[in-house]
Amino acid sequence: MIGILMIAAFLILIVWNGLITFYPKQIEVIHLNSGKVMAGEPIRTESFKIDPQTLQKLPTSVREAIKTGDVHASRTLYKTGNFDLYNEDYRWVTAFDIKRSDTPPEMVIVERSEWGPFIGTITQLELGEETIVDPAAIFSRLPDAHREANNRRDAIQRLERNEIGGINHLMEKARLDLRRVTLKGDMTLATLQAAQQKHDRIISDLQKRYQELEHQADIMKAEDERFRIALADVENRTKTLKLSGIVRIYPANTLSEWQKLGIYFSRWWEFLTAEPREANTEGGVMPAIFGTFTMTLLMVIVVTPFGVMAALYLREYAKQGRLVSLVRICVNNLAGVPSIVYGVFGLGFFAYTVGGIMDSVLFPERLPNPTFGTGGILWAALTLALLTVPVVIVATEEALAAVPHSLREGSLACGASRWQTIKYVVLPKAMPGIMTGLILAMARGAGEVAPLMLVGVVKLAPELPIDGIFPFLHVERSFMHLAFHIFDVGFQSRNSEAGKPMVFVTTLLLISLIAIMNASAIYIRNRLKRRYLSGHF
Amino acid sequence: MTEQPGTRTSMDRKMVHPQHGAEGTILDIDNFCLWYGLKQALFNNTISVEKGLVTALIGPSGCGKSTLLRSLNRMNDLIEGLHTSGEIRLDNQNIFDSHVDVIALRKRMGMVFQKPNPFPMTISDNVSYPLKIDGIRDRRILSETVEKSLQSAALWDEVKDRLKDNALGLSGGQQQRLCIARAIAADPEVLLMDEPCSALDPMATTKIEDLINELRGRYSIIIVTHNMQQAARVSDNTAFMYLGKIIEYGKTDTIFTKPRSQQTQDYVTGRFG
Repeated sequence: MIGILMIAAFLILIVWNGLITFYPKQIEVIHLNSGKVMAGEPIRTESFKIDPQTLQKLPTSVREAIKTGDVHASRTLYKTGNFDLYNEDYRWVTAFDIKRSDTPPEMVIVERSEWGPFIGTITQLELGEETIVDPAAIFSRLPDAHREANNRRDAIQRLERNEIGGINHLMEKARLDLRRVTLKGDMTLATLQAAQQKHDRIISDLQKRYQELEHQADIMKAEDERFRIALADVENRTKTLKLSGIVRIYPANTLSEWQKLGIYFSRWWEFLTAEPREANTEGGVMPAIFGTFTMTLLMVIVVTPFGVMAALYLREYAKQGRLVSLVRICVNNLAGVPSIVYGVFGLGFFAYTVGGIMDSVLFPERLPNPTFGTGGILWAALTLALLTVPVVIVATEEALAAVPHSLREGSLACGASRWQTIKYVVLPKAMPGIMTGLILAMARGAGEVAPLMLVGVVKLAPELPIDGIFPFLHVERSFMHLAFHIFDVGFQSRNSEAGKPMVFVTTLLLISLIAIMNASAIYIRNRLKRRYLSGHF
Repeated sequence: MTEQPGTRTSMDRKMVHPQHGAEGTILDIDNFCLWYGLKQALFNNTISVEKGLVTALIGPSGCGKSTLLRSLNRMNDLIEGLHTSGEIRLDNQNIFDSHVDVIALRKRMGMVFQKPNPFPMTISDNVSYPLKIDGIRDRRILSETVEKSLQSAALWDEVKDRLKDNALGLSGGQQQRLCIARAIAADPEVLLMDEPCSALDPMATTKIEDLINELRGRYSIIIVTHNMQQAARVSDNTAFMYLGKIIEYGKTDTIFTKPRSQQTQDYVTGRFG
């Protein structure tokens, strides 16, 4: 009972925190007793025990009020942003330090692609030759200007990533081709020179093309530089940045509920579809969702035939005796091995041994850079398959044992062989049970982090495991994973306060992803079950 | 362990007096013994099953009727620690010979079980299953067989509009007739029925019994039953078994009205069993 309550409370905490994170908050401008001014979004308020020395320095009236309240004072954490100016983006403010606070309408939040959010006011907008200072005009021109700036940024990014990236890819290929020729034992001087010349020709062509593209990119960047926005914080420190460096900009204190909802959903959209920024504490988690999903899918593809075949052998073919019992005990014990041990095994066996051999046979020209000889999504999926195979074996064996003996006899009496009986009668009947095992395996595999950290999960993967370059699915690449993302953002980042909202949202997402995968598997299972519903007499 | 194989039978000559069919015998069970591990279950049984007739096996529970029946198509092979002696000859070929293909043997003998056991598939897939495992994929042949078998099993009119429905949606009696249709789909010579009506209500039982009467002549039917009235109604010959031995084998009328053995007399009049 207490357990259920705790789980429910935990889920509610995660869901609530996850859901409210993206809802825009008001900006308060706070005038402190010391005469300083600051602005920020209130994050949370707590009471704390004040130390006697500070208490002595306070004015009498405040001191008396605190003393009656059990020597506790209240303080609030504000998200001030402007990390580039302040070197911090969260600040605690004690309640008795505040002279007054208000919410002026001109305050804006600028979500930037670098340095985190900026909180302050817009002073002017530079659109090429034109400079706008009138606030009303700024707000009316800003949306269009921002959209154009985004298009320019996307164009530059496309050029750099696809075209220049493609040239880099070709250069690497030329280098590998040359190296492959030199690695061949039986080459003559002539072939070597020919290969060298070919390599040099390709490289010089590519370099020419590269310089053209780079020049083109420079022109585009220079054009982009002409569209800028000038901002000022509450203490009138100014900051000018490119319009294309802005992710989202909105006047927090004058939004209607609908506009707030719009920002809320656009943030969710960004979170689900974009790549991470700012050491993963901002932006989206699309690569992590993709990595988790692909890895789990690969794992299921590997574990299903393995587990089902092993269970079929143990239950249907093997002579039931001491050896089979021993194997069964081993399988059950395998389920109890700590998952990190699987990680070590996966690294040592799959990545270093199998991958190392594959590298030296298939990709000798790329050495000493490993291709398969290091962590990757394939090795991670295999390691997790190993981790979950006992679950599948046990569940499948139980499902097979539950198939009525009369069905097998009926099939055998028709003159079916043992394999035909299994294929046409036993397996279809046992399928719902086998699916249950796979669901359990999937749930376990998708939430596992410890072994993955050793065999291929990274903080930030440069490329997705699936892309447009042949062979499309790159199983040797490292990948991002939601569970590891939570660990990384929450506990490994420079600023734990900044990562906190992301931790809640990512946790919510991970739980939802696992729930969705399980629900769909359960749905499939129930449909199968309904097909085999036993009749009524 | 018990009586030496080869000493002809413990059964008196006068206890064997079956009705002979027009076409001679199809199955000769000759001095057949069977052990589950160290425990002997069947003792030197010798009878001949007449081709085209219905032969009933009766006797109290645990007397070995089902064991004997399941030996005929070697379903007992699945049981570990089982061994046999003596011969069972199908068309003068001992079914326990090492070169006999068990699968081919089972195709010559359809079997219907105590509890209806339709496969979790559609009605037509159930009936065409024996053909499909033979690799027959021709739709025309399959659908013809399905129709013919279901008609033979007196089920066609009830299910012809829902051949693609799941067989598990049928009633118990229909399921059992479906199993009979499945058993005769591959056109066997012998039909083995292991208490086919014990899980059915009286109406369904009547239908199955009518069906057995219909099938008489086309197949040689061997039926195990607990129900003596049923044996009397459907069979031509009856064998009474007790403690693993066939006590008396003869014309059904004679077994039920003027049995020669005292034990048979006691059983059929309900004094024990």
